[in-house]
Amino acid sequence: MLSRLPKCLATTSRAAQRRFISTTPQRKSDALFVHRDTTYNNPKVPFEFSPENSKRAQEIIARYPAQYKKAAVIPLLDLGQRQNKGWTSISVMNYVANLLEMPPMRVYEVATFYTMFNREPIGKNFVQVCTTTPCMLRGSTEILNTVCQQLGGIKPGETTKDGKFTVIEVECQGACSNAPMLVVGDDFYEDLTPETTKKVIDAFARGEKPKPGPQSGRHTSENSAGFTALTSKPYGPGEFCSPEFQ
Amino acid sequence: MLRIVSSVSRPSSTGILGKVANTGRRSLASSSARNADITLTVDGKEVTVPQGSALIQACEAAGATIPRFCYHDRLAIAGNCRMCLVEVERSPKPVASCAMPAMPGAKVFTNSPLVHEAREGVMEFLLANHPLDCPICDQGGECDLQDQSMRYGSDRSRFHEITGKRAVENKDLGPLVKTSMTRCIQCTRCVRFANEVAGVEELGTTGRGNDMQIGTYVEKTMDSELSGNIVDLCPVGALTSKPYAYNARPWELKSTESVDPLDAVGSNIRIDSRGVQVMRIQPKTNDDVNEEWISDKTRYAYDGLKFQRLTTPLVKQGDRFVAATWEDALTAIADGLAASGASSNEIQAIAGHLADTESLVALKDLANRLNSDNLILDQTNGHLPPVHGVDVRSNYLFNATIPSVEEADAILLVGTNPRHEAAVLNSRIRKSWLHTPLEIGFIGERADTTYGYEFLGADANALETFVSGKVADSAFLRKWKAAKKPLVIVGSAISEHPDAAGVYNALSKLVEQEKSRLVTPEWNGFSVLQRVASRAAAYDIGFTPSRAASQTKPKFIYLLNADEVDPKSIPSDAFVVYQGHHGDLGAQLADVCLPGSAYTEKGTTWVNTEGRAQLGRAAVSPPGASREDWKIIRALSEVVGAPLPYSDALELRDRMWEISPSLVRYDVTEKTSSGIALAGINAIRERTAGAKIGGAAFKKPITNFYQTDPISRASVTMAQCTRAFTKGENYGFSESSQTEQAAFA
Repeated sequence: MLSRLPKCLATTSRAAQRRFISTTPQRKSDALFVHRDTTYNNPKVPFEFSPENSKRAQEIIARYPAQYKKAAVIPLLDLGQRQNKGWTSISVMNYVANLLEMPPMRVYEVATFYTMFNREPIGKNFVQVCTTTPCMLRGSTEILNTVCQQLGGIKPGETTKDGKFTVIEVECQGACSNAPMLVVGDDFYEDLTPETTKKVIDAFARGEKPKPGPQSGRHTSENSAGFTALTSKPYGPGEFCSPEFQ
Repeated sequence: MLRIVSSVSRPSSTGILGKVANTGRRSLASSSARNADITLTVDGKEVTVPQGSALIQACEAAGATIPRFCYHDRLAIAGNCRMCLVEVERSPKPVASCAMPAMPGAKVFTNSPLVHEAREGVMEFLLANHPLDCPICDQGGECDLQDQSMRYGSDRSRFHEITGKRAVENKDLGPLVKTSMTRCIQCTRCVRFANEVAGVEELGTTGRGNDMQIGTYVEKTMDSELSGNIVDLCPVGALTSKPYAYNARPWELKSTESVDPLDAVGSNIRIDSRGVQVMRIQPKTNDDVNEEWISDKTRYAYDGLKFQRLTTPLVKQGDRFVAATWEDALTAIADGLAASGASSNEIQAIAGHLADTESLVALKDLANRLNSDNLILDQTNGHLPPVHGVDVRSNYLFNATIPSVEEADAILLVGTNPRHEAAVLNSRIRKSWLHTPLEIGFIGERADTTYGYEFLGADANALETFVSGKVADSAFLRKWKAAKKPLVIVGSAISEHPDAAGVYNALSKLVEQEKSRLVTPEWNGFSVLQRVASRAAAYDIGFTPSRAASQTKPKFIYLLNADEVDPKSIPSDAFVVYQGHHGDLGAQLADVCLPGSAYTEKGTTWVNTEGRAQLGRAAVSPPGASREDWKIIRALSEVVGAPLPYSDALELRDRMWEISPSLVRYDVTEKTSSGIALAGINAIRERTAGAKIGGAAFKKPITNFYQTDPISRASVTMAQCTRAFTKGENYGFSESSQTEQAAFA
C-alpha cells in the first residue's frame, strides 16, 4: 500500500546509520493488533449505549435466535463505533461483550479482523480514498495526493491537527464504475478529479455536506458519452396490444 | 471417534457471579450419534472406520503417516495449516484430510507425486515467514516443523522477499509460557485448547492475513491451571516452557514414565532427567486418567525438588539441628521412644500428603507391632476415625471413574472445586458440559469452575434441603430428576468439615432415595474426590485411628511427609520424628529428621482417587544420604526392636497384596459391586444417624492452587505463579503500557 512507502523510505535512511544486519527495509503493518492502554483508550473509560441506541441494540439482538445472540456482535460494534465518535475503543468492545454475554476476546477478534472498525480515534470527517487497481488506473494516486495536500500535507493514516479530518487509503469499495472515488463518513464521492476533490474537501472543511455521488454530472454510472442502447422510449403498459388489453 | 465440535460457543463460565442465563442445549444434535462403519481404500489398502471419521483418521488407521500441524485429535478441527493434504480419486485438487470426512469407497493416495508436491508447497509457505533460528530455539530437536521440513520440505528456498520476514511482538502469558511469536505458524492449537479444554477464553487471534497474531489483545496473563499444555501442543517454538528455557536439549534427556502425586488424579507423567537432576515433567497419554493433559503444578513444581531438601539425617540438639549418621539418627529415635515412655496408643503416626503406599504400609505395620492404633491423617480432624469409614472402598473412592465423568448427565458438586482439586478431571467435566446437555449443581463456596453451574447453597443445610426435595424447580433439578447417570462428586474437604457427619448422612439418604439410578451394577454415581495423593491408599490400608486411640494424648509422634500438621496439636513434651524430603513445616517440629526421597526418586505405588494403583518409577537418585521411605521405616523397625517381615520391595508388595490385592493390581480400577456399595452407604447412614448440622459454610480446601505441598512450596516457579495468578499481581508486564502508543503506527 502506498501509505507504507514513506515509512519504508524513512526506515532505510535510518537503517543506513544504525547498521542492521539485514539490508532490507522493515515492512510494518498499518495497525497494531494488540491493545495498549492510553489515556484516551483504556478499559476504565466509561461507555454505554445511549437510550435510543440501547433500544436499537435490543432490536438488533432480537433478530437472532436467543442462543446465537453473539451473532449480533458486528452490528452492535458498528452501533458502538457510531456512538463513540467513529471509533471502537476497548470500552466499546468490552461493553458489547458484556451485552452479548461472550468472552471479550471473541469481540476483540472481530474488531481487529474487520478493518472498518477503527480502533483509534478519527477526525470528524473520515476520508477514505480507494486506491485499488481500477481507481488507481483512473488516477486515485493524484486524488490521494490532492486530499493530503488540501488537508495541510498530512500523510495517509493521519489526522489533521484540528481533528476535523482523518485520511486513509482503503481497498475496493465496489464503486469501480465511478472510479476514482473516496468515502467520507458513509457517503461515496465518485468520478473525482483533483478539482472536484478539492471542492468536496473544502465543503467539508467549511462544515457543509456536498451532494454525494458522481461529481462529474453523471447521474449514476451511465455512459458519460451518452446512451448507446435503450435510447428509444420504453413502451408502457398496453402499448402494441390488441384493443381489449389496451 | 471423531471429535468435531460444532461450536465451542457457550456463554463463558459464570465465574463467581452466578449461573449462566442461557440454559438451552449446547449442540444441535439431540442424540449422540451411533455411526455405521464405512470402508475406503487408502494407498491400495482397504480400511474400515466409523462413519463421520475424518479422512486423516482413516489414513492413520491404514498406517499411512500424514504430516500435520493444526490437527490434533483432542481439539476441534481447524483445517488451517494445509499440511495434511492428500489426493482423493476424482477430486480436482488435493484435499485437507483433517477437515474432510472419510467417504465410503473413496480411493485415497497419501504418497503420490501430487501429494508430495502439495506438501512441499505448503512447507515452503510456512517457512516463508518462519525464522531460521533453530540453533537458538528451545523447540529444536522436538519441533514438528523442523522434523516435517526435513522430511517433506524442499532443500532450498525461493524466498527472496526484499521486505524480509514477518515479525510479531512477543506476548506475556505469565511465568510459565515463554512466547516467541515470530515463530508462530498460526495453527491455533493453543487457542482451541484454551477455549475448549482449559476454559479460559482469553486467547485468540487478532488481526487478519499476514498480520494475524495469536494473543490476548489486552495485556493479560493466561490464568489457567492447565496452561502448560499449550507448550506441548505448539508444533513450533512459539510457545515454550519458561522455567525450562535453554536448560536442555531433548536428546540429552533420559525419560522415565511415572505417576504424579501432587494431586489425587494420578496423572501419568514422563520425567525427563539429566544426570541427577529432573529437567522437566511432561504428560504421558493415558486415556483413562489424564488423557494428554497435566496441570501446571504437576508440570512445573519440579524445581521445588532442588530446594529445601533434607539430604542428611538431622538430630536436634538444643535449638539446632545437627547432621548425624543414619545409625546415630535411628539410635536417637529409639532412645527418644524409650525416654518418652510412650507405649501402645501413645505412639502416633501421621501420614502426610506425599506419603507413598509402601511407606504407609510399613509405618502402619511398625505402629501395629508397637501395639499402637494411633494412625492419623495429616488433615483437619484427621485424628478422628473418618466419617465414611474405611471398611467399604466405595465410600471414599471416585467410584464413577474419571473417564465416566463424561457419561454423567447431571452432576452435583458438594463442597469441592474440581478446578483446583483435580484440574485434569475438571477439564473432562468442561468437555462434557460443552458438548452434551449436562447440568451441574453446586453446593459449596462459589468458585470459577470453567463451566456454568447452578448454585444451590454453601452449607450442609443446602444439601439437606436438596435431599429432602424442597428446592425450587430449576433446570438442574429437572435434569437431575430425569438423569439416567447422575453423579454426586463429594469433596475431600467434607470429611474435614465440622458437619461431616451430617453431610454424609444427607448424602447417604440421597443415595438411598436414588439408588435405582445412582448405584446400579453399571453405574456408581456416588464419588468422593480426594485431593491428596496418599489419601486413597491410606484408607485402603486402614491408616485410621481406632476410637480409643483418637482420644489418647501422644508421647511419640512419627510424621511421615506430614507438613500440614497443626503445630498446636503436637504436645510440647512429645518426641517428634519427621521423615520426608523437604525441610518444610514438619521438619521444624521434629526432634529427629530422616531424609526420605521425593516421588521422582523412588519406585512406589500411588493409589489415585478412583482407587487405581499405579507404579511410579525412579528417574533420578535421591540426594545425599536420603533413602527410599519404606526402607527407612524398615531400618527403624530393626532399631526399635520390632523388625518388619520384609526386606525388599517384592516382599513388601506381597504384604500389600495380603492387605488388599487392588494395591498391586496396577493400572486398573476395581469396581465395588452395587450391593456392597449400598451396604457401605447404609453403614454410613446408621453411623451418622441423628448427626447435628452446625450450618458452617463449606470452604475451599485449596486457596492457592500453586502451593499445596512441600514440593510446590519450595518451587520458585510455583511462587511466581502464586504472585501472578493467585494474588493477581501484575506479573512481569513490560513497562510499555506506561507510554502512549497509538494503534495506527
